[in-house]
Amino acid sequence: MEKAGVSTLYSLVIMGGSAGSLEVILKTVSALKTTIGFSLVIVLHRKKTSDTLLSGLLSTKTNLPVREIEDKEILEPGTIYIAPPDYHLLFEDDGTMSLDYSEKVNYSRPGIDVSFESASEVYKEKLITVLLSGSNSDGADGFKIVKRGGGTTIAQEPATASFPFMPQQAIDYSSPDFILTPDELVEYLNRF
Amino acid sequence: MISDEHIEILLEDLLTIYGYDFHYYSKASLRRRITRLYTLDKFMGFTEFRHRLRSDKNYLQRFIEEITVNVTEMFRDPGFYKTLREQVIPILATKPFIRIWHAGCSSGEEVYSMAILLKEANLLQKSLLYATDINPGVLETARKGIFPLSNMKQYSENYIASGGTKDFSSYYTCMYDRCLFKEDISTKMIFSTHNLTSDASFNEFDLILCRNVLIYFDKELQDRVLTLFDSSLGVLSYLALGSKETLKFSSVQNKYKQLDKDKIWRKLV
Ligand SMILES: C[S@@+](CC[C@H](N)C(=O)[O-])C[C@H]1O[C@@H](n2cnc3c(N)ncnc32)[C@H](O)[C@@H]1O
Repeated sequence: MEKAGVSTLYSLVIMGGSAGSLEVILKTVSALKTTIGFSLVIVLHRKKTSDTLLSGLLSTKTNLPVREIEDKEILEPGTIYIAPPDYHLLFEDDGTMSLDYSEKVNYSRPGIDVSFESASEVYKEKLITVLLSGSNSDGADGFKIVKRGGGTTIAQEPATASFPFMPQQAIDYSSPDFILTPDELVEYLNRF
Repeated sequence: MISDEHIEILLEDLLTIYGYDFHYYSKASLRRRITRLYTLDKFMGFTEFRHRLRSDKNYLQRFIEEITVNVTEMFRDPGFYKTLREQVIPILATKPFIRIWHAGCSSGEEVYSMAILLKEANLLQKSLLYATDINPGVLETARKGIFPLSNMKQYSENYIASGGTKDFSSYYTCMYDRCLFKEDISTKMIFSTHNLTSDASFNEFDLILCRNVLIYFDKELQDRVLTLFDSSLGVLSYLALGSKETLKFSSVQNKYKQLDKDKIWRKLV
């Protein structure tokens, strides 16, 4: 259990979304520059059966490589990763990811809080977390931990979300660093 | 809160006092599970937590149960079982005798699913299903063959999606909220504790299933366990992993060929 120095890890952006977030995800991904220096991980509440549909859909929107995560996959910069349905996604010190089939959290698996917390342990200030549309309170607790760990928290401007409850919860309980519209989010991410 | 140093101390205690080696488990998962248990059991501080684990054998059971994740289902990933039905079982059928090992079987749902497949192919009589787990508690449940009625609807749907054509409820009888699987399904099962981190191979098998167990190990332990499986598989035998697990990053991968897209590999000659 040697600890890899944080300096060997690339920056990591995790976007968490639930109901109504797919549109924003597609929009963001299609507008991302191919020169981004971070890895982008998408943790989306979705049905078990929709396994490879999402990666197929995202691939049509970007020239960045899109991968469905398998256990112990290594995070590479300039790559988009999708958390598989029905597993929690965890982050290891050596830059790999692990999957976990434990209890649902906030009625969800993958849990957004779960991934935010686990990533914060490893990536600390190299972590940027984004919380999008949804009708569930997943992500708000995770934001607190990310902030404590020195990472950045961004909530989608609720007025622009089809289901504003989830970003609003995070705003009310965890006062995120930024509240951004989808266009502002793209602009923000393209700076890295 | 529980720090990495605390986790290190607990892992040392578990190894020196009880002989359980969790050092090569996924660090991310250990952090999460241990912190969760600490909060759940409302310890006042790490010292109390450590003391309890060192001195109370019953608490050791609870610790293992909570650290190793036991969640499972019958016919989980129906597509996987469909491939077993259509591509693997017909090949196993040509053998005089079929030996299967479920490593990390948890409370047995996977083993009962397998026995149903074999029964429907008229092969259960000449099969033996060895089912092992590190956790004696889940094996006790598996041995009893009693599962909650509330899960049967989901299992029945999974069964049908896996290509099952019988009435799923003909395999069990229910009383109140529990269902007992019939004895003709369970007669060929042998349950035993076996720790993948420390115990050796105990037989040669035609099919080994180890699903959603390796995800809790680090790469080094994954490789060791896959080597253990390799030494327990004859040529042309099968190895099945969980739906997001892979041989891709392992040292044995060149000895195996994957069947289509499912997580089933066949050992090459
Ligand atoms: C998530 S369950 C998988 C159950 C089933 N195979 C499935 O896929 O549904 C993981 C199981 O692995 C077992 N396990 C964890 N570490 C083990 C070890 N070192 N040796 C044997 N079994 C282990 C746990 O006790 C647990 O029952």
